[in-house]
Amino acid sequence: MSYVQPLSFQNLILTLHDYWSRQGCVILQPYDIEVGAGTLHPATVLRALGPKEWKAAYVQPSRRPADGRFGENPNRLQHYYQYQVILKPNPRNMQALYLGSLAAIGLDPTLHDMRFVEDDWENPTVGAWGLGWEVWCDGMEVSQYTYFQQVGGLDVDPVAGELTYGLERLAMYVQGVDNVYDLRFNDEGVKYGDVFLENERQFSAANFEAFDVEVLKRQFEDMERQVPRFLAMKGPQGQALVLPAYDHVLKASHLFNLMDARGAIAVAERQSYIGRIRDLCKLCAQEWERQQREPSAA
Amino acid sequence: MPQLLLELFSEEIPARMQAQAARDLERMARERLAEAGFLPEALKTFAGPRRLTLVVEGLPVAQNDRKEELKGPKVGAPPQALEGFLRKTGLGQDQLVERDGVYFAVIEKAGRPTPQIVAEMVDSIIRAFPWPKSMKWGRGTLRWVRPLQRILCAFDGEVVTFDVDGIESGDLTEGHRFMGSGRPFRARDFDAYAAGLAANFVALDVEERKARILEGAKTLCFARDLELVEDEGLLDEVAGLAEWPTPILGDMEPHFLDLPPEVIRTSMRTHQKYFAVRDPATGKLAPNFLAVANIEAKDGGATIAAGNAKVLSARLSDARFFWDEDRKHSLESRLEKLKGVTFHAKLGTMYQRVERIVALAREIAPLVGADPELAAQAARLAKADLGTGMVGEFPELQGLMGGYYARAEGLPDAVADAVRDHYKPQGPGDSVPTAPVSVAVALADKLDTLTGFFAIDEKPTGSKDPFALRRAALGVIRIALEQKVRFGLRDVVGVASRIRAEQPAGALGKANPDEVLSFFADRLKVLLREQGRRHDLVDAVFALGDDDLVRIVARVEALDGFLHTEDGANLLAGYKRATNILKAEEKKGPLPEGAAIRLPVAPAEEAALVDAVHAVSGPVNDALSREDFAGAMTTLAKLRGPVDAFFDKVLVNADDKTERENRLRLLSEVRAAMGRVADFSLIAG
Repeated sequence: MSYVQPLSFQNLILTLHDYWSRQGCVILQPYDIEVGAGTLHPATVLRALGPKEWKAAYVQPSRRPADGRFGENPNRLQHYYQYQVILKPNPRNMQALYLGSLAAIGLDPTLHDMRFVEDDWENPTVGAWGLGWEVWCDGMEVSQYTYFQQVGGLDVDPVAGELTYGLERLAMYVQGVDNVYDLRFNDEGVKYGDVFLENERQFSAANFEAFDVEVLKRQFEDMERQVPRFLAMKGPQGQALVLPAYDHVLKASHLFNLMDARGAIAVAERQSYIGRIRDLCKLCAQEWERQQREPSAA
Repeated sequence: MPQLLLELFSEEIPARMQAQAARDLERMARERLAEAGFLPEALKTFAGPRRLTLVVEGLPVAQNDRKEELKGPKVGAPPQALEGFLRKTGLGQDQLVERDGVYFAVIEKAGRPTPQIVAEMVDSIIRAFPWPKSMKWGRGTLRWVRPLQRILCAFDGEVVTFDVDGIESGDLTEGHRFMGSGRPFRARDFDAYAAGLAANFVALDVEERKARILEGAKTLCFARDLELVEDEGLLDEVAGLAEWPTPILGDMEPHFLDLPPEVIRTSMRTHQKYFAVRDPATGKLAPNFLAVANIEAKDGGATIAAGNAKVLSARLSDARFFWDEDRKHSLESRLEKLKGVTFHAKLGTMYQRVERIVALAREIAPLVGADPELAAQAARLAKADLGTGMVGEFPELQGLMGGYYARAEGLPDAVADAVRDHYKPQGPGDSVPTAPVSVAVALADKLDTLTGFFAIDEKPTGSKDPFALRRAALGVIRIALEQKVRFGLRDVVGVASRIRAEQPAGALGKANPDEVLSFFADRLKVLLREQGRRHDLVDAVFALGDDDLVRIVARVEALDGFLHTEDGANLLAGYKRATNILKAEEKKGPLPEGAAIRLPVAPAEEAALVDAVHAVSGPVNDALSREDFAGAMTTLAKLRGPVDAFFDKVLVNADDKTERENRLRLLSEVRAAMGRVADFSLIAG
């Protein structure tokens, strides 16, 4: 492929798609539920469990309601994109593959300083942790690189390697742009701000001021109740409905983030909410892992 | 003699773990080689971002043949025992040796070839390696700090062949990830290995990497008339982040220099691992930074410098945003927010904690010469910076930022300084606060922490001290001693407990003052032991029930000096003798009360001791009331001669009851006189 250099935002994504497609990954589309991180897509969090091989790459919009800045901060967004790669089991040359992807988007490792700096990843709301690094390019964190060790409180075997690229930040670096809204989205003059600035303004206002806390709370509890309900229901092959159950965990998790942005979660309540989500997630993880080990049940 | 070379090549090892890994590798190899009966000439290890390396010089090609002696049953033991022993050893009865009525089997063991032993050693080292955190990868079952990619193992110029969980040993390794040839190279001895690494841009030795950084950095700074702000911890860290460390001097936008220098340095250090740079003429930070890259870039580092400058600008813009925003609100206005912050589920909110510290600081202030109102004001604002954006971003700047913000608001310097310094001392290397208001708030902060966590039974156990109570106690002790602050520990602990109990939600539990006091005693012992004082002396002084830290230490020091004199040592021996006699008598019944007198029949030595005891009593008390402990002990020393002479010539257990009781009274008086200075019975020796 020969795109105009430096790559536009969308060509950056297309280049990564092309690169990881050549490495044998399934190229997925974003999951259609609001999530706080690409890891939460079932293609990562659930597929990391169980014995089956799996290679996937996708873009996932990430919603962080509390990070909104009404479009006024050049680096902070309440909605941004992560590029997510999962390779299970992780191949021996995964670091080289990763560096190859950076070279593909125009980061020459003989010109830039690439470093693997210790960063142990954990996500308490899904009971997951792993060891790895944040990857620095000239002092800037461009990716998170993790070897999963546990998901949903369960040990993983085989181990999956996960890569998460912060796309806006990476694009800003590649394009040499200081303000995210100035990113070239395509090669036809459309800027990132043209696409998303209004989005940031409206959602920042909604996240911080407009969402109805009582409604959010009620919805959270509704979603919470749905998880065990779906897990108790059986599909056509007699399997528990773990995938719909997990969707409701994601919804509960996003509702929690919205309540948090509204300042509706007291410090003392915080741990208890996170614990509730983690427990639901664990139930799903256990059921999914069981189904993966016993294909007859799925 | 032959050489062993081992390299464990992995993905990037966290910088903070490398030095310990080199020590662990050395220890484990040493233990295992010794166990195999080897005595190598030299053993050295290296650790870097992607490799652990071991070189052992002077190993024989095989173990010596060894004789092992096994102890068997006694001669004349039941035949089954002997049969079992013969079966176990594979020998006949005529091959056993008889010694001291016991059978011994001598088994000749042929020495095994060294490579066999090395293969087993490497396998066991890898599997038992004590990484602080380790992981699995792929489909393997092995654990290592990050995926282990290669094992290079050569002995005497030959590959030692084995595999560990599917990773086969060989003679291949790799150079620098980007600057090396890109192809693995072979090495079967250390010279070839070191040469290969050097040719492929890997500095193997951490000292070499540090020297590259430091010399390179200083040269870059010198060329622009700047000075590196040295930082040893940071140097250690960056030396573990690059195989070919290459310093790069970059430019920072000068307008950031109006931020507090601590903010700039913390941002540089924690987020970016940059060294700060200063102007040698003024000593102030210069608008530059020094980053350490892992490559010599083909454009001379211009791209890297520009990229890093951009990242730093973004970081410092964040910091400036916090700095500007934070100053728009007074510290006082942030207190409300602390009501929503839990300090500890059982100890209430941060706001309640502030209320307690305020009350406590107000009461402590007169003891330390501080104005109670200023102390209360400073205590009230001490934690307000927890709600600021800057402290949210850089928790390690707590206190310091509060101090800046207090000054920016125009609060009195004494208040701003106390807000800034009240966490001090934060470790053994940190100084204690000196200004009276700061001292009052610092003490209140720590005493509230201690009594609170003791009240809810969250005491440190073993190596676990999640609320840093040991540090808090040590802080109180150091402040008292270094500032010569006088207070009764029991009193202030009591005040702290009372204040907590008076809070509406504060009725949960009560710290046991004896427990808190003995916790302090333990910390003091540790501190004094570090200063070379004997811990039994601390016990001897603590037993008196004194709780004034300054006085306790003065007593311990005087006591230590006294016991180093000949008089002191001998008097201690005399004291022990006296107490042993008294204890034996006490078992029979109560000791006779009252003072000893000069009985007409008394031998001269008894009379002399009676006189001496009565003569020292007054002066000892006078000296003690002046807190002249050395004086008290010098006075006590006058007892030494009479005590020695008494025990030499006089029999305490006289047949005559009057004489015996008088002598027991006399010894009781000696014990009591000395007991006013310290409990000598707790002193060893």
